[in-house]
Amino acid sequence: MADQTTTGRRLQVNLVGLSKSDYRGNPTTLCQGCGHNSIASQIIAACYDLDIVPEDVVKFSGIGCSSKSPTYFLNRSFGFNSLHGRMPSIATGALFGDHTLKGLGVSGDGDTASIGMGQFKHVIRRNMRLVYIVENNGVYGLTKGQFSATAEEGLQLKNQGTNPYMPVDIAWEALVGNATFVARSFAGDPKQVRELLKAALHHDGIAVLDIISPCVTFNNKDEAVHSYAWGREHEVALHELSYVPPAEDILVDYEEGETKEVTMHDGSTVVLKKLERDYDPTSRSDALRVLEEANECNCLITGLIYIDPEQPSLSDIYNLTEKPLNRLGEKELRPGRETIQKINDLMF
Amino acid sequence: MSVQQPMARTDAPDKDRDQVNDFSITVGTVNGSGSQTSNLTLLRALFKMGIPVSGKNLFPSNIQGLPTWYTIRVNKDGFLARREEHEIVVAMNPTTFAEDLEKVVPGGAFFYADDIKLEVNRDDVVAYPMPVKDISRNSDAPSSLRTYVANMVYVGVLAHMLGIDLDKLYQALDFHFKGKLKPIDLNFNVIQTAADWARDNLEKQDPYRVEPMDATHDYIMADGNTAAALGSIYGGVQFISWYPITPASSLAESLVQYLPKLRKDPETGKNTFAVVQAEDELAAIGMAVGAGWSGLRAMTSTSGPGISLMTEFAGLAYFAEVPLVIWDVQRVGPSTGLPTRTAQGDLTFIHFLGHGDTEQVVLLPGSVTECFEFGWKAFDIAERLQTPVFVLSDLDFGMNQWMTPPFEYPDKPMDRGKILWEEDLEKIRDEWARYKDIDGDGIPYRTVPGNRHPEASYFARGTGHDENARYSEDAANWVELLGRLKQKYQNACEVVPPPMVDTVEDARIGIIAFGSTEPAIKEARHQLAEAGVKTDFMRVRAIPFSQEVEDFIHQHARNYVVEMNRDGQLHQLLTLEYPDRAMNMISVAYTDGLPMTARKVRETIKAEEAK
Repeated sequence: MADQTTTGRRLQVNLVGLSKSDYRGNPTTLCQGCGHNSIASQIIAACYDLDIVPEDVVKFSGIGCSSKSPTYFLNRSFGFNSLHGRMPSIATGALFGDHTLKGLGVSGDGDTASIGMGQFKHVIRRNMRLVYIVENNGVYGLTKGQFSATAEEGLQLKNQGTNPYMPVDIAWEALVGNATFVARSFAGDPKQVRELLKAALHHDGIAVLDIISPCVTFNNKDEAVHSYAWGREHEVALHELSYVPPAEDILVDYEEGETKEVTMHDGSTVVLKKLERDYDPTSRSDALRVLEEANECNCLITGLIYIDPEQPSLSDIYNLTEKPLNRLGEKELRPGRETIQKINDLMF
Repeated sequence: MSVQQPMARTDAPDKDRDQVNDFSITVGTVNGSGSQTSNLTLLRALFKMGIPVSGKNLFPSNIQGLPTWYTIRVNKDGFLARREEHEIVVAMNPTTFAEDLEKVVPGGAFFYADDIKLEVNRDDVVAYPMPVKDISRNSDAPSSLRTYVANMVYVGVLAHMLGIDLDKLYQALDFHFKGKLKPIDLNFNVIQTAADWARDNLEKQDPYRVEPMDATHDYIMADGNTAAALGSIYGGVQFISWYPITPASSLAESLVQYLPKLRKDPETGKNTFAVVQAEDELAAIGMAVGAGWSGLRAMTSTSGPGISLMTEFAGLAYFAEVPLVIWDVQRVGPSTGLPTRTAQGDLTFIHFLGHGDTEQVVLLPGSVTECFEFGWKAFDIAERLQTPVFVLSDLDFGMNQWMTPPFEYPDKPMDRGKILWEEDLEKIRDEWARYKDIDGDGIPYRTVPGNRHPEASYFARGTGHDENARYSEDAANWVELLGRLKQKYQNACEVVPPPMVDTVEDARIGIIAFGSTEPAIKEARHQLAEAGVKTDFMRVRAIPFSQEVEDFIHQHARNYVVEMNRDGQLHQLLTLEYPDRAMNMISVAYTDGLPMTARKVRETIKAEEAK
């Protein structure tokens, strides 16, 4: 970290010369205590720590409480608050504009697991370079407390009765949809959220973060699985996770066999300190098993569930020009005058 | 082979009454039997003989097995609309044999596969049996290809009976099979054998034949979807997301075919474009909106059902002021409707597409060449206006081969509209806000993601917003924003293509139309003029309407608005726009899934005029 002197006062800045305030957004308009606010804070912290230039990030969202939150961080980044369930398609098209940009999408459980299930599954299939955060609270907040598709069977909500259906498991859906980065976390565990965000921002492909983010107004009764109390009591972290940028040495000493390291495509490392079990997040079958076990033991498994840093991302597949597509001009985009005769000759 | 005589007739047509280069051929076959190759070969050979010709595929929504027809019109005067009269009918399908026989005009010719054991129960037509099975069985074709080459038998028989040049048929096959000798020869040998058989076995008893002309060398033959794709490429299209749908699929497929040929960086071989086949039309337009927002020339192509799904995004793009191009290759609705038939039924739907107050800019190409021209112009207009631009083609343009003037290189440099990169923004940074109308024309300046100027970014949204794109529910702000969008839309009439107008002296009647009905109207006007009814013609090419549209309506006592839909949608829009002229406009709206005919236009106007 470097120090910079501004107007007589020392302001802490990161390697790109920006202070935390350069990553801020507008004041939140969500409820006090909403899990989404905590996640917004961690996005700010992660981007600051990673020395990301805000202009290199584009924010995307759909519709709902979660989708409002991109205005609460990174004011200097472009953003698009699109349609309900359609964040993935907007992000896909927009990121083709400049392949050097990092996409950061924020969605909710309604926006993703109900109306947006189709686009969610397909953006995963395409391995778009996009951090896809689902702020998952099991309930529709903006429309005042209806069940969402991730609500557990038997959940009781005011004015809604009892939920008769089985829930959608977003991490599971991501995994069976061939996502190359799947994590689950809990807004009540900010440190883990931050480290997962850092790893996700350096993943060259789709990174799905299913973050349980309690709705303090409509779904925070202690026995509800998307509540703070339930999360605190039932969270089982797969590992203690820390992200190490490419140029840095791993400074903390761990005992041999205590950690696992995953090397990202850009040479950075995710260090996973072993907790109760020996978990390998590069194994898809282990990932599926651990999610199934979480259901059986009624616990909230968190951490990096699966990662494949090797798969080519969508922009690699398309063999695009080095220069961002949106900076190409007429010379590059309109075929030469001499070609029109050839084209007419190709017709009959 | 024994000499076969045509059926005995009591009322033989007069052989002296030769009818040269002026008739229609209809071929009835089984879908999926390869008849399209045969029909296109006939069409192209006639075109290469210099004779004005058109071909229309009237096909079912089916891969294989259902009846399908192809109709070719040969006309020395260049009238190429579909006709309801069939001088020559070829029957290859037993299922439709009786129906096909019924279609032949009295004195016409009926060619049929002789393995169809059904009675030719008309004595007012010339019937020619063709040994289709014999010839295909004796050809070099492996058994798996016999059904396909069987269709070349009627090509050969017609070639001899009508006088179609075999060399030109060979050229047509050469084009179709891209120079691959094996299929060319295989098919051509069948044509040759069939022609020889006809020469030796059939006696010409009908009056129809062709003679070479010199009326096509200034034309090419192409379909509207290919033209649209190529035009888009010359317009610099960079991003296409699409979902398969008849009759629009071949537009995107043509982009996939031609983009790598025309738009790779010559030094690096890298692509200056991306094509994504989306999971549905919602995602197709969503991606295009995202790409347009980020500064790419973005498009999607679809048909009516796809447009229905795209409605919400169309409203967002209109409101958030995102440029993109949407092609609607129209088919018959409502609902799944007639997926393989043509119509002009999406006009009002598209124009108002989106909930709340929405007015979309619509371009209306009226020829295959114009599909090319509007292909590139649509991007200039979209980026200039920062709004979606819809281009309405139809199945008749999109999937049929048309004789059309060659594509012309764009005569204007690209107009990228009011886009600000870092240095542009630096110059007006104090004054700029994303939705601020600096120039007073309703069109603000925009920045796009990737612009690294620290003040470039904004948060786009479909919710109410102020000049800085910040969320706003302020009443005055809302009124101002919607007012500016209205102003922008109204000014668009200066940017979009004006109508094409064709006038004659002393005409008091006007005909107004758009899109693919022009050939029928051209012919109807000729016929009306011969009957003493003079008409002027205006082909509307865009919404909003230019001043010329109003002028034309004012200049005519009665304006017949011709279109292929039930409710007279262009008539409705003109009436809304010019209510004081409502009494001067008469709707001629008709749709049955088939391209418009001159007869329909002529008879309706005649009847009205007689009132």
